[in-house]
Amino acid sequence: MQISMTVNGSDVTSEIEPRVLLVHYIREVLGLTGTHWGCDTSNCGTCVVLMDGQPVKSCTVLAAMAAGHDIRTVEGLATGGTLDPVQQGFMEEHGLQCGFCTPGMMLTARALLDKNPHPDDAEIRQAISGQICRCTGYATIVRSVQWAAAHPAGPGLDDAPATGHSAGTGLDGTDTAVPDVAAEIEDTEVKA
Amino acid sequence: MQIPAPFDYVRATTVENALELLARYGPESRVVAGGHSLLPMMKLRLSRPEWLIDINDLYELDFILRDGNKLRVGALTRHTTLLESDEVAGLFPIVRDAERVIADPVVRNRGTIGGSLCQADPAEDLSTVCDVLGAEAVIRGPGGERILSMSEFHRGPYETAVGQDELLCEVRFGIRPRSGSAYEKVERRVGDWAVGAAGAAVTLTADGTVDDAAVGLTALGLDHPLAGAAAVLRGRHPDEELFAEAGRLAAEACNPVADQRGPVDYKRHLADELTQRVLRRACARAAQTQEG
Amino acid sequence: MTLIHDRQSNPAAGDEDRPIGYGRIQRKEDPRFVRGKGHYLDDIVLPGMLHGAILRAPVAHAKLVSIDTTNALAHPKVVAVITGKDLLGLKLAWAPTLSADVQAVLVTDKVRFQGQEVAFVVAEDRYAARDALELIDVEYDVLPPLVDARKALDADAPVIRDEIEGRTDNRIFDWEMGDKAETDAVFASADVVVSQEVVYPRVHPAPMETCGAVADFDAVNGKLTLYETTQAPHAHRTLFAIVAGIPEHKIRIVSPDIGGGFGNKVGIYPGYILAVVGSIVSGRPVKWVEDRSENLMSTSFARDYIMQGEIAATRDGKILALRTHVLADHGAFNATAQPTKNPAGFFSIFTGSYDLLAAHCSVTGVYTNKAPGGVAYACSFRVTEAVYLVERMVDILARKLDMDPAELRLKNFIKPEQFPYANKTGWVYDSGNYEAAMRLSMQLAGYEDLRREQAEKRERGELMGIGVSFFTEVVGAGPRKHFDIVGLGMADGAELRVHPTGKAVVRISVQSQGQGHETTFAQIVAEELGIPPEDIDVVHGDTDQTPFGLGTYGSRSTPVSGGAVALVARKVREKAKLIAGAMLETRPEDLEWEKGRWFVKGDPSAGKTIAEIAMAAHGTMTLPEGVDGNLDAEVTYDPPNLTFPFGAYICVVDIDPGTGQVKVRRFIAVDDCGTRINPMIIEGQVHGGLTDGVGMALMEIIEFDADGNCLGGSFMDYLIPTAMEVPDWETGFTVTPSPHHPIGAKGIGESATVGSPPAIVNAVVDALAPFGVTHMDMPCTPARVWAAMQGRARPPI
Repeated sequence: MQISMTVNGSDVTSEIEPRVLLVHYIREVLGLTGTHWGCDTSNCGTCVVLMDGQPVKSCTVLAAMAAGHDIRTVEGLATGGTLDPVQQGFMEEHGLQCGFCTPGMMLTARALLDKNPHPDDAEIRQAISGQICRCTGYATIVRSVQWAAAHPAGPGLDDAPATGHSAGTGLDGTDTAVPDVAAEIEDTEVKA
Repeated sequence: MQIPAPFDYVRATTVENALELLARYGPESRVVAGGHSLLPMMKLRLSRPEWLIDINDLYELDFILRDGNKLRVGALTRHTTLLESDEVAGLFPIVRDAERVIADPVVRNRGTIGGSLCQADPAEDLSTVCDVLGAEAVIRGPGGERILSMSEFHRGPYETAVGQDELLCEVRFGIRPRSGSAYEKVERRVGDWAVGAAGAAVTLTADGTVDDAAVGLTALGLDHPLAGAAAVLRGRHPDEELFAEAGRLAAEACNPVADQRGPVDYKRHLADELTQRVLRRACARAAQTQEG
Repeated sequence: MTLIHDRQSNPAAGDEDRPIGYGRIQRKEDPRFVRGKGHYLDDIVLPGMLHGAILRAPVAHAKLVSIDTTNALAHPKVVAVITGKDLLGLKLAWAPTLSADVQAVLVTDKVRFQGQEVAFVVAEDRYAARDALELIDVEYDVLPPLVDARKALDADAPVIRDEIEGRTDNRIFDWEMGDKAETDAVFASADVVVSQEVVYPRVHPAPMETCGAVADFDAVNGKLTLYETTQAPHAHRTLFAIVAGIPEHKIRIVSPDIGGGFGNKVGIYPGYILAVVGSIVSGRPVKWVEDRSENLMSTSFARDYIMQGEIAATRDGKILALRTHVLADHGAFNATAQPTKNPAGFFSIFTGSYDLLAAHCSVTGVYTNKAPGGVAYACSFRVTEAVYLVERMVDILARKLDMDPAELRLKNFIKPEQFPYANKTGWVYDSGNYEAAMRLSMQLAGYEDLRREQAEKRERGELMGIGVSFFTEVVGAGPRKHFDIVGLGMADGAELRVHPTGKAVVRISVQSQGQGHETTFAQIVAEELGIPPEDIDVVHGDTDQTPFGLGTYGSRSTPVSGGAVALVARKVREKAKLIAGAMLETRPEDLEWEKGRWFVKGDPSAGKTIAEIAMAAHGTMTLPEGVDGNLDAEVTYDPPNLTFPFGAYICVVDIDPGTGQVKVRRFIAVDDCGTRINPMIIEGQVHGGLTDGVGMALMEIIEFDADGNCLGGSFMDYLIPTAMEVPDWETGFTVTPSPHHPIGAKGIGESATVGSPPAIVNAVVDALAPFGVTHMDMPCTPARVWAAMQGRARPPI
């Protein structure tokens, strides 16, 4: 069957089998491999794309069902070479490790911020609760979305301060460096 | 990745058209709305329809409107829409209670009330919600429209009164003053199906005693609202003793099965505990509307 | 690259003008990932590529009677159907495992677990491959399965590996460490002895990206290029040479971006071999990618240890000895990825962080009709099980002695002055200051206040629990003389080239699955050479491009490969010194190193930067005798010992007394991984591991029914925490460098996965103390917690 839809602002038309899943259409027909998949049962949210601005699990939408709709994938997040604040936020706040769930997480974050520009942490956690990240433990994803909320026009284009997070507290609340020991190690003879 | 077996696809344009398509393609056709129950089953090849009739373009079924003392909800209304509707939450707080814990936010963007009710999974939350609210199902078919009570609508697990050539179009809720409702679910993790859940709807009389009440259970082996709950509750002043009595009734009446989510004794305990909790909250909410 | 934080975590820092090395910098790999430009296995498309799909057994134990592939072969898009019989002809039906056993690539005689590989379809597209699986007719003769490991050694148990000549039972190995007589003697005279069976159920690493391979066999050149989701590309190359008989120089393994590994991507799975066979048979590239159920049901699981623990102590709380016997369920094939001499991995570190008089452990490994595997899910070769056992036993002892669990630990820690510390099972802990970490975690948690709050809540019938755990990890294997995997010593290589303009490329043998190697290893070179990290390219994951080494697992990348990278950079620095001497016309010994340049002692203005030296090395200048014209070096690092990261964790839970639902309210993690390279990445590693801990403690389990059906075969049933189940993590750190590691780093990848489950379970059990609960096994699901409250806690297996 023939389907047409808008993907990242471009009109696309293809001849497909009715059973083609939207995630396969995006990845294999359109070659946009930034959208990933991680399960078969719509539980993991790795495949999330925006359909008419709303996050959907593209493994559980037929490409045929998406015909006539507006699809946005991770490749459509940056505009004119400028990263979306969400993308910047994920880099600033270490919101990703292996990067596999990241496109879906970022798209859900974008949809959330479009609807609610200043979410609290609980609202962010709720918004991403249909998506699994096996690496980050989510706290840095929450911080990343907050970074984007604080920088709606992106880095350097607004005056909002970066959300500073210490990577941890040392003994007495300060750095616990042991300079002497480290200096000795620096001097250790190299045995290669 | 799992892939459905081949099928043909057609998109319905109107309810009439959908009914025509259902008649044309017969028993091997299935209606798809949100698709979040059907498509995973098809991918695992547990379901193999020959035709999929996509009703997502039936915008005429995507509505929430107040019509006198009824709230009418179109079958294609998405879970997210129901969750976010302040009007629905004001009239029937149980709907927001339940919608918060149905699947996850992304799934709720696609899933519909009609799809949930027609799937009739024993662990499905909205069935219990509609049961205790005494909702009506508006079904259209070749013979026209018929309106069923929830007890007529539900035929058992995964089975409803909607015929193969029919379409659930609307769900209607009666609005009653001095009413409150609540839903609570225990799940192993956000997005998991219920270990057990309970819903309650209560209407109070002007003097604060129970005028009418309904209690329903999800995933606990009780297909219809708890028989006798209304009888026990009616005319009594809502207090802890009464809630405990209703809880005991629920535990006795339920018929859960052991599975990975828990053994029978735990589920029976949940029937008791959750019944008490939702009645307590529903009564408090009803009292609040009374004060307001 | 933006430098966000100052380099506060760098032990050697202090001078603001130092070149960028360690510190919090953004990751070099992130720009591609946030644009959707990561390149994962399933993103690979080769010209003419075919797709493979595996038919899997629906039952756990059955004789294979017949396979009829006629209908599948008749499918217009099917190119080949491969069965076990075909593989027998190619001598590929059985492949060696990483534990000196063999595993069936495709079933030839009988099915030994549900989900086992039965046939392989190669087709024009993945939809057709999937469809054709339904066209294969297989007849099975179902046999009684062995599901319960506790019955594996019963006389009437079905023998699973009856293809092995002379085998009459399901015993794989018996292994012990420590002095049994000495330990028994201490137990016999101890004031207090506490016993408890502690079960660590089967779980699965379940990375978000499943496993897969694209095999491209070039028949003309005889060269196999195999793209694989692998954490250990070099080890795989050697193993493929052995398994497939392809000469090793004709094999190129490429590990692209990996969507999470956690140990799941260490082993060689039948699917990888089948993709290779498919490519050889069809003459075209073949892609095979698991679906989620295949991943959960057939690839390497983790844990599955039934541990009988005993702890001996004096009445006043001095811990004297530990002993345990473990029944280890290894599934149908012993395919555990672990060092050859360690059939139970590093489990013998179960003595934990305590100064004991004696300890003894014994482990019996058995076959069952379940998927093979055993070491995965960030477990540091079974340290996870070891730490869980000892930390549960210490908590049970604290309850018995009516002592605060934190106090009991503080009383028994190995003291800083005792390091290096030889424990009773043969390990030499490199360095530690356990009390400092414990006290910091208590300070961050507000431990005393929490105990007060708990007491108040108990008065009101509310269930709040505070769980403490303290772990000592053992990571960074080798040394190679002690540790090998199928004969390959556990060392890692590094090659460094500084190009004429002073930009560098470092090639490493380990493979990132999200740990940020492209950043961390660039920072190590940056620290050593003064070249900014953005000017250093890290190449990994391609055996044609990188030096040999054993790969990334067991938290070994920084301890082993990090050491290699530091040493190769120092080698380059020493070479640069010779060239700088020639450039400055001075003796090398008169030069001093600082901030990325060699300068003349006493005359800092007379110096040459690494970039200047690199240009000279490649230029026309006459180089000193014996110095060749480049600024390159290579090393293979064989660590002199393992490293021993440690940490103190405190977890606060609230339990709904009416439903048994557990909410992790707070989690405080103090980690010591020695020298810290990038605190942002370290924090991320800790957060991820803590989330694993919540998963295992509260919800994750692979269960089987009595027929051997896997009950955790999809993400509907195998539950992984979402953002709603985990708190905002509170982390802290101490720094106790490893004395033997080139930069003092110890590794952090698995610390939190190891340390967090006991903290959470200890918190749950603490919350349930009013009900007399002293132990419950994971996962602490609502139903299981409620059962414990009724005095009916049961092991999950």
